[in-house]
Amino acid sequence: MEFAELIKTPRVDNVVLHRPFYPAVEGTLCLTGHHLILSSRQDNTEELWLLHSNIDAIDKRFVGPLGTIIIKCKDFRIIQLDIPGMEECLNIASSIEALSTLDSITLMYPFFYRPMFEVIEDGWHSFLPEQEFELYSSATSEWRLSYVNKEFAVCPSYPPIVIVPKSIDDEALRKVATFRHGGRFPVLSYYHKKNGMVIMRSGQPLTGTNGRRCKEDEKLINATLRAGKRGYIIDTRSLNVAQQARAKGGGFEQEAHYPQWRRIHKSIERYHILQESLIKLVEACNDQTHNMDRWLGKLEASNWLTHIKEILTTACLAAQCIDREGASILIHGTEGTDSTLQVTSLAQIILEPRSRTIRGFEALIEREWLQAGHPFQQRCAQSAYCNSKQKWESPVFLLFLDCVWQILRQFPCSFEFNENFLIMLFEHAYASQFGTFLGNNESERCKLKLQQKTMSLWSWVNRPSELSKFTNPLFEANNLVIWPSVAPQSLQLWEGIFLRWNRSSKYLDEAYEEMVNIIEYNKELQAKVNVLRRQLAELETEDGMQESP
Amino acid sequence: MEHIRTPKVENVRLVDRLSSKKAALGTLYLTATHVIFVENAPDTRKETWILHSQISTIEKQATTATGCPLLIRCKNFQLLQLIIPQERDCHDVYISLIRLARPVKYEELYCFSFNPKLDKEEREQGWMLIDLSEEYKRMGLPNNYWQLSDVNRDYRVCDSYPTELYVPKSATAHIIVGSSKFRSRRRFPALSYYYKDNHASICRSSQPLSGFSARCLEDEQMLQAIRKANPGSDFIYVVDTRPKLNAMANRAAGKGYENEDNYSNIKFQFIGIENIHVMRSSLQKMLEVCELQSPSMSDFLWGLENSGWLRHIKAIMDAGIFIAKAVSEEGASVLVHCSDGWDRTAQVCSVASLLLDPHYRTLKGFMVLIEKDWISFGHKFNHRYGNLDGDPKEISPVIDQFIECVWQLMEQFPCAFEFNERFLIHIQHHVYSCQFGNFLCNSQKERQELKIQERTYSLWAHLWKNRADYMNPLFRADHSQTRGTLRLPTTPCNFMYKFWSGMYNRFEKGLQPRQSVTDYLMAVKEETQQLEEELEALEERLEKIQKVQLNHTKVKSKPSEPSKHSGFSTSDNSTANTPQDYSGNMKSFPSRSPSQGDEDSALILTQDNLKSSDPDLSANSDQESGVEDLSCRSPSGGECAPSEDSGKDRDSDEAVFLTA
Repeated sequence: MEFAELIKTPRVDNVVLHRPFYPAVEGTLCLTGHHLILSSRQDNTEELWLLHSNIDAIDKRFVGPLGTIIIKCKDFRIIQLDIPGMEECLNIASSIEALSTLDSITLMYPFFYRPMFEVIEDGWHSFLPEQEFELYSSATSEWRLSYVNKEFAVCPSYPPIVIVPKSIDDEALRKVATFRHGGRFPVLSYYHKKNGMVIMRSGQPLTGTNGRRCKEDEKLINATLRAGKRGYIIDTRSLNVAQQARAKGGGFEQEAHYPQWRRIHKSIERYHILQESLIKLVEACNDQTHNMDRWLGKLEASNWLTHIKEILTTACLAAQCIDREGASILIHGTEGTDSTLQVTSLAQIILEPRSRTIRGFEALIEREWLQAGHPFQQRCAQSAYCNSKQKWESPVFLLFLDCVWQILRQFPCSFEFNENFLIMLFEHAYASQFGTFLGNNESERCKLKLQQKTMSLWSWVNRPSELSKFTNPLFEANNLVIWPSVAPQSLQLWEGIFLRWNRSSKYLDEAYEEMVNIIEYNKELQAKVNVLRRQLAELETEDGMQESP
Repeated sequence: MEHIRTPKVENVRLVDRLSSKKAALGTLYLTATHVIFVENAPDTRKETWILHSQISTIEKQATTATGCPLLIRCKNFQLLQLIIPQERDCHDVYISLIRLARPVKYEELYCFSFNPKLDKEEREQGWMLIDLSEEYKRMGLPNNYWQLSDVNRDYRVCDSYPTELYVPKSATAHIIVGSSKFRSRRRFPALSYYYKDNHASICRSSQPLSGFSARCLEDEQMLQAIRKANPGSDFIYVVDTRPKLNAMANRAAGKGYENEDNYSNIKFQFIGIENIHVMRSSLQKMLEVCELQSPSMSDFLWGLENSGWLRHIKAIMDAGIFIAKAVSEEGASVLVHCSDGWDRTAQVCSVASLLLDPHYRTLKGFMVLIEKDWISFGHKFNHRYGNLDGDPKEISPVIDQFIECVWQLMEQFPCAFEFNERFLIHIQHHVYSCQFGNFLCNSQKERQELKIQERTYSLWAHLWKNRADYMNPLFRADHSQTRGTLRLPTTPCNFMYKFWSGMYNRFEKGLQPRQSVTDYLMAVKEETQQLEEELEALEERLEKIQKVQLNHTKVKSKPSEPSKHSGFSTSDNSTANTPQDYSGNMKSFPSRSPSQGDEDSALILTQDNLKSSDPDLSANSDQESGVEDLSCRSPSGGECAPSEDSGKDRDSDEAVFLTA
C-alpha cells in the first residue's frame, strides 16, 4: 500500500498531547494512512483520532531533544504534541505533512472507510432531482426536466438533469450555454408556490466588450415571466466589477436587450478576499493577549461580519422581490458557483418553510450546492491556517452556514435543526469519512464513482440516533416567510464555530440540556394526559352502558 | 399644570426610526406626568407613553416643509422623533417638556402622585418585602467576629451611610469615629458581604485622607480589626478601584490611598475603573452608534470600540472577579474603595457578591443586593440619574453598568440566575422612572426625612407581584450552575463581553430576535404545570370510576375482565399509541393551548401591564412580546405579527433596493 512509503515512523511512545479543555495526556502516537491516533494506556482516557485531511497546517519547535508539533486543524482547533527525540519528531512531522496533502482524491479516507452502522436509507438516493421536481410539478406546468446535460457536455459543472422553462427546447439550451460563463445557462433554482414567482441562476452572460447578444438567452429568461410582468436580475458583483468583466469576455445583461428586466448590482466578495477575512478572524479569536478594544478592532478588521451582512442583505432582497414585489429573479455573479449559490439558497431559507426542516435543508444543500456545482474540493482544500495563497480556496460554504446560523438565532423556533447540525456540515465539508463533499461537481463525482465506492453523509446523518443530536427541541413548524434583521446590532460572531476551541461551552451545553428536559417533560405529560383522557372516556361510556340496562 | 403650555397637539407624526418613510399620524398629549402619543389609525389606536422623568434630552430640529421635528431621547434608550405641523406648537411642547423633564422638587416626581390602588397596609407590607437585617442574619451575622454597630445612629458619624452597620467586634466606637475622620465624607470601612464558608469578608469605604504622608492610627486599627475578624488569613487586600494615576492625583488634594508601610499586613491593589465622567461620555458615544441610520458593520464595530463601553464593563467585571477569588479561593478579606466609595465601590462589591453567593442570583436576592450595596450605602441615585434638575456632570450610568455586568454573566451562565433579562430591563427603567420611591434621593437619611415609605410605593413589591414575568425558565435551584461561586475562565476572554442590543436598542423591536426562547420556554413550563394538575385530577377520577366499576363487577359477579382489560389498555396505549398521540397533540396544540393556557397568560400579562402602572413599558415592549410569544407558539395565529415585521424589513430593504 502506498501509504507505507509516506509513513516514516508509524509509532512513537511517550508522546504528550495538549488540546483545548482536556488535561494533557501521555500516550503512544500512531500514524495510519488516514488517521493520527494518540492513545494512552489507561483504559478510560479518551483517545484522539484525527483525520489527516482535517490538518490545515503544522508547526515544529525544538527545545533540546524534545520536539513539539503544533497541529492546526481545518475546524480551527489547535493541538500540540510533545515528542521525545528529534528524529522521531521530524519523521512524524513530514509524514503528517505528506498524508494531509494527498494529491489524489481516490486516496482519501472516504474510499477506505467501512461504515460500522447499518444503512437504513442510502443517502446517495435520498434527494433525486426527479423527486425534487415532483414537488413543483404539482403546482405548475410551465417547467420541465431537461436531460440535455446527460453527458456533462453542455455544462461540465451542471448535473445531468436540470429544470428549465417548458417552452425552451434542448437545442436552444445548447445555444444559451455558449453565451453563459462555464456553459451555465439559466436554470430553475426555486419556485415560490404562493405566487408562482421563481428564482433562476446562471453564469454571467458572455457579452464581451462589443456587447454580444444571444436571442435564445433572452427568450429563455423571458419565458419565465408572466404576461406584462417584469423581473429582476441580481448581479452579485458591483457594477464596476461587472463592467471590468467585459474585458475578459464576460459581462452583464444590457437593458436594451432585456427590457423586461431590471438589473440590481450588489457586491459580495469572492475567493481570496473571503479567505483572508477568515484567516484574520480566526487569528483574532485565537489571540487572547490583547485587550477589549483591540478585540473589537480585529473583529472589525477581519470584515467577516461585513461579508455576512452583505450576503444576507442580498438574499433578503432576492426574497423580497419574490414574495413582496411578486417578481421573478435571475441571480448570477461571474461563474455562478459561489455568491450566486449563497444568495439562492439563503433566499429559500427565508421563503420556504421546507428548507428549514432537516430533510429540506439537506435537499437544499444537495440541490443548490452539490448538484449546482459549487467546487467543494477546491474551496475547502485549506482553511484558516493555510499559507499557500492559491486563489481557489475560499470559505464560501462556511459563510453560507454562518448566515443560516444568524437567521436561526433570530428565529430560534422556526428551524427543525440546531446549531450542531450546521457545525457538523462545516466539519464534513472540510474533512470527512463520507464521499458527499468530494469533487467539484457532479461530473467529477461520477468519474470518481463516489456512489459505488464511498458512503454518503446523508446515510449516516439520517439515522434516528444521529438525527436526535441535530434536532432543535424548540421547533414548531412556521409556514411563514421569515425576515431576518441585517442591522449590525442583530448580527453576531458565531461563537459555536469560531470560539469553539477558545472557551468552554460547558455552561451553554448545560443550558441546552435543561431546555431539552423542559420540553421533553412537557411532551411526556401530554402523552400521559391523553392516554388517561381516552381511558376515562372509554370507562365512562362503558360505565354508562353498564348502568343503562 | 402650570408648566404645560399646550396640553394637546393634533396631526403630529411619529417617525419610525428604522424606515424614515413610515410615520404614524396621531395626537400628542402632555399631562402632568407623561407625554402620550395616540395614533389615529382606528383599528390600533396604538399609544406611546413616555414618563417625563425618562426624558433625557429634547432637541428641536430645523423646520422643514412637513413641519417642525422634535427629537426626544429617553434614559431608557427610547428615541422618539415627532414632527409637529406648527412651529408655534412645537415650541410650546418643547418649552413645556424642558420644564417638565427637570423637576426641581421631589414632590413633583411621579411617585408622589402614582397610585396603584393599594391600601395602606399593602403599601407597608410592600416596603417590608426586602429586609436588610434579615439579610445580615442570612449571612450568619452577628457572630463572634462581627457585630451590629449603633455608632451611626441618627446618622451622627456619616450622613450617607445607613444607621445599621456591621463592623468587626474589636473595632470600638473610638476606632470607628477616628477612622471616619480619616476617610472622605466620613465613609469608614464597614461590612458589605460576609462569606460564611471561610469567614472572609468584603468591606467598603471611601478613600483615606492620606495626602502625601498623613496617617491615622484609628484607621490603621480599623483595617487591623477587619483582618482579625478573619482568623483564616493573615492579611487583607485593599482594592482601590481607580486607575493609579487618578488615585495619585487625589493625594495632592489631601486624599489618596493606603500606604502599605503604614498598615500592617495589607496587600494593596489598584484596579483601573474609570470615573463617572469617562463613563458618561462612553455611554454617550455608544448611544450615538446605536442611533446611526443603517450603519455598516464597520461603522458599528468601530463606534463600539471607540466608545470604550465594553472595556469599562470588563474592568468592572475584572474587579469583581478579583475580589470574589480573593474571598473564595484565598480566604482573604477585602476592603474596597474608590474615591467616595459610592459608585465604583458599589459596582464592584455587588458584582463580587453576585459571583460568590447564589442567593443574590435569585429574584428576591437580587433585590436585596441592590437594596444593600446601592440604596442603603448611599449611592447617589438622584444625582447620577438626574431625577431632579441638577448638575449634569453628576449624571453617570453607574447602575446601568452594574445591570449590564449581570446580563453579561447571564449570557455565560444561562442557568445560574432565577430571573431573566426582562427583570434587569425593568429595574433599569425604574431607576429612572421615579414611579416608585426606592431609588429616590441620594441617601437613606434623605429618604427618611422625606418619609418616602409613607408617601410612595415600593418597586420590589411591584416586581414581586409580577414575578411570573421575570422568571428564567432554565433556572433550577438544584442545578450545578446555581450553586456556589460562579467561576469564570482564568484566561482573559475579551470576546465574552458582547453588545447588549436587548437593552440599548430595546425599543427597536426589528433588531431583536423575532422569537424569544425565554418566552417560549416559559409558556411550555406554564403548560407543563397545567398538565401536571390535569394529570392528577384525571388519575383521581379514574381511580374513583375504577372503584365504582369494581363494585359493579362484584355485584354483577362478572369476571374481572373489564378492569383487567383497562389495565392492559393503559400500558398498550402508552406504548403503542404514544408516538401517534404525540404528533396529534402537537397539531392540536395551537388551537387547544390558547384556550387553555397560553392565551390566558398572555392576556393576563398584557392587561396586567396596562393596569400596572408601567404604561410606557406595556405600550412598547411587553404587550408586543406577549403577542409575539403567542405567535411563536402557534403559527396559525401568528400571521399578523410576522407580516408586520416583514413590512418593516421590506422598507429597510427597499432603501437598499433604491441605492442599488
